[in-house]
Amino acid sequence: MFRISAEKLNDLFDRIASKQTLYIPVDREDKAAEYKKYESGMTLSSALNTVRSAKDFFFPQTENLAEFRLSGKTIEVKDIRSEHEDFVIFGVRACDARSFGILDSVFLSEPVDTFYKNRRDHGTIVTMACTRPEETCFCTTFGINPTMPGGDVSVFPDGTGYSFLANTEKGKEFMAEISDMLEEGNPAQLAKVQENTRNILKRLPLANLKTDSFGGERLMKHFSSEKWAELSESCIGCGTCTFVCPTCQCYDIRDFDTGNGIKRFRCWDSCMYSDFTKMAHGNSRNSQLERFRQRFMHKLVYHPSNHEGEFGCVGCGRCLSKCPISMNIVKVMKALEDK
Amino acid sequence: MQEAMIKRAKELLADGTVNRVMGWKKGEFVYDTTPAVFETAEELEKEFVCNDFTQANLSKYLIKESRKEGKILAFLKPCDTYSFNQLLKEHRIIRENVYVIGIPGGPKLDMEKIKAKGISGILDVKNENFTLKIETLYGTETMPFYEAVSGKCADCKSKKHVVYDELIGEDGDVLASRRFDMVEKLENMTSQERYDFWRGELSKCIRCNACRNVCPACTCENCVFDNPKSGIDQKAAADSFEENMFHIIRAFHVAGRCTDCGECSRVCPQNIPLHLLNRKFIKDINSLYGEYQAGADTTSKCPLTDYDTDDCEPSIVHERGVE
Repeated sequence: MFRISAEKLNDLFDRIASKQTLYIPVDREDKAAEYKKYESGMTLSSALNTVRSAKDFFFPQTENLAEFRLSGKTIEVKDIRSEHEDFVIFGVRACDARSFGILDSVFLSEPVDTFYKNRRDHGTIVTMACTRPEETCFCTTFGINPTMPGGDVSVFPDGTGYSFLANTEKGKEFMAEISDMLEEGNPAQLAKVQENTRNILKRLPLANLKTDSFGGERLMKHFSSEKWAELSESCIGCGTCTFVCPTCQCYDIRDFDTGNGIKRFRCWDSCMYSDFTKMAHGNSRNSQLERFRQRFMHKLVYHPSNHEGEFGCVGCGRCLSKCPISMNIVKVMKALEDK
Repeated sequence: MQEAMIKRAKELLADGTVNRVMGWKKGEFVYDTTPAVFETAEELEKEFVCNDFTQANLSKYLIKESRKEGKILAFLKPCDTYSFNQLLKEHRIIRENVYVIGIPGGPKLDMEKIKAKGISGILDVKNENFTLKIETLYGTETMPFYEAVSGKCADCKSKKHVVYDELIGEDGDVLASRRFDMVEKLENMTSQERYDFWRGELSKCIRCNACRNVCPACTCENCVFDNPKSGIDQKAAADSFEENMFHIIRAFHVAGRCTDCGECSRVCPQNIPLHLLNRKFIKDINSLYGEYQAGADTTSKCPLTDYDTDDCEPSIVHERGVE
């Protein structure tokens, strides 16, 4: 394992950015963190996580898929995708890193979403181990180890510096580019930090949250639960939980008449919205109760049912801190779990 | 306060005055309270909460709740009573189906302001003589109470309850608020500076619609932005500015009806100061048509839906636009 001291981190960023586009989490004026394209002198955020998740890099909020131009009786279809450059995302937490796997299971299964795949192929994910989890964290519920965050390269902060570990071929290539800037690691110091983090994880208020009561085989029990009425009662039907969620993957595709052609675009959609999956006959889920239930059934029952037991949640806690009325997956799980 | 509220709610349930109670429910932490309807004394005892973090305005929920069987008790803070009154004026709430108990308002606290201080892993927050003692996973921290006061309370316009059936605690007065200071600051910018300010803020928007959905003035059955026939629902933005129009159009739509309850900015996951758009309209209405506070009463006419020969001329727009 190789290491760089904290004061040299920006030199490292400069090096990476000289070869590829680099994104790092930085603090905004309001102290919230967001990924920004790195420019020399930017400081890595000390926040645990960004408001928007890292899924945006692969599954952006909006994107144009194609353009159609009509001339006489011919329709010209233009593939307008423009992302062909390699890029690096630095500082992805273990929860978001796991979310890419969940998104992959949807977008990379047949038929492969080539827009998504294109970005995945071009991206190198450099993760960051957690040392100060928040009270809203519950990634361990889903078997995630935030001290071993995964990705192409894992970075481990130890207080005075950062150790690097390559996990994939892409990660090894990344490391080769920066190897001359790294020195021998300090495994003892790192082990101490990890031990400390593990102790905090055990003391997290949501540490005992379990998934035992959920999964594909529990479909009818949970679908028919009487608890949904109370749980969804004050949901205002906004899309905050969906849009800050690193695993929510639903989108809408529409054609838009620009006046001199047609643009086909895709944008995030939310199952919390009244026009979600609206079809010619109308909407299949007419009440907020049904829409609310859909979101949590998808994460806790349908997704594991369709993807070998993997839940559609990574316990990042964003919905816990951002829901306008503080209703979230933890409260749903606690209400529905076997007593 | 919480105990007095629970006690009174139980009495009103027991004597049949109401059959439901609208308040806030405890969460996993001290701060994640959820608006909720309680039907029994047991539920109230177990889950009802009113603390420094019960910020949510309950008025909008009463549109639906007042259409249900029986009367509901609602605990309203002073700011919430303005929303309630405005909704009465717009015939959205059925007054006789709601029993309003006015409760003292804030200042309420904003957890994000505490976290912005770098305090993380928060397990408990106690107010000890206006110093917050915060228990965290990483030890005990303290910070001044007033530095954690939520934006909507920091600019409080009134401690007065404009509508109620009874009060718990004392009624207050309309305050000499400094809520237009930031609007003035924006007005004094050059148009380019102001444009840059709003572009910076509005470009953070993720179009989650939380501001619209929480807004007590946004009560259309089908919003124009959700209506496929409108031609503007979820369409691709022709340019990067068009997305910003959502907020500007919304501010126009609620102008003269927005009571400045501050919920839009409270719920914004991206911390966009949306209330400033609404406040600009309120300030303009005050200066062009005379002081007007939406929701202060249920009978007055809003200057924007009323006509008077003394009304300002449309040319005011041109005159004020000159730099």
